[in-house]
Amino acid sequence: MISVRVQQADFDPAAELALLESLGIGAVASFTGLVRGDDDLIAMTLEHYPAMTEAALRAIADEAAGRWPLAGITVIHRHGRLVPGDRIVFVATASSHRAAALESCAFLIDWLKTDAPFWKREEWADGSARWVEAREADDAAKARWRPD
Amino acid sequence: MAVDLLYFAWVRESIGCDGETVEPPSHVASVSDLLDWLAASSEPHSNAFADRARLRAAVDQRFVPLDTAIVGAREIAIFPPVTGG
Repeated sequence: MISVRVQQADFDPAAELALLESLGIGAVASFTGLVRGDDDLIAMTLEHYPAMTEAALRAIADEAAGRWPLAGITVIHRHGRLVPGDRIVFVATASSHRAAALESCAFLIDWLKTDAPFWKREEWADGSARWVEAREADDAAKARWRPD
Repeated sequence: MAVDLLYFAWVRESIGCDGETVEPPSHVASVSDLLDWLAASSEPHSNAFADRARLRAAVDQRFVPLDTAIVGAREIAIFPPVTGG
């Protein structure tokens, strides 16, 4: 069961976890990404490539499903203007093995950072705005999942 | 043949529009060639495409390296490295 959603609206992590728990399997792991509450950050706007985004997220979920024995995968990524504390992204996996649930969850969020067509723009208290630069650390995080 | 171009993030802001339809000449064979051809056409394009290391592309909604052939492509997107998640 793979569920992939790209949406402007918020979501309810508890409800998403309950859905995976209802599969009656031994382990559910999840990750929630939030807009950081840095001192002077007013808002963060996520732009995306609508025609491509959902397919890109699904491809990442399919890759995880091929690597670990998973009963369920949920990926939700928001777009639009968000403020500090808002949820941005949610990834959850269900498996009969805790290692598979935890590892696949980390894999999904690492790959989302480098393989999903989203761009973040930050607005600051002094009126300035800037596009977030990609970080080499994100490429390195993805690279650790390369098959040996 | 006409191809739809899409721009995202600061590439979109720098060029001043989110996309355009163009008809590149036949010697424009790769994404890089396309960027060269567009850069020669206007100052905003030239500025946006000045540093190729900061650009990424998708051809028909698949991420590709800039040296990828674009023959037969219907949609080409140009954007900075992604920063989602």
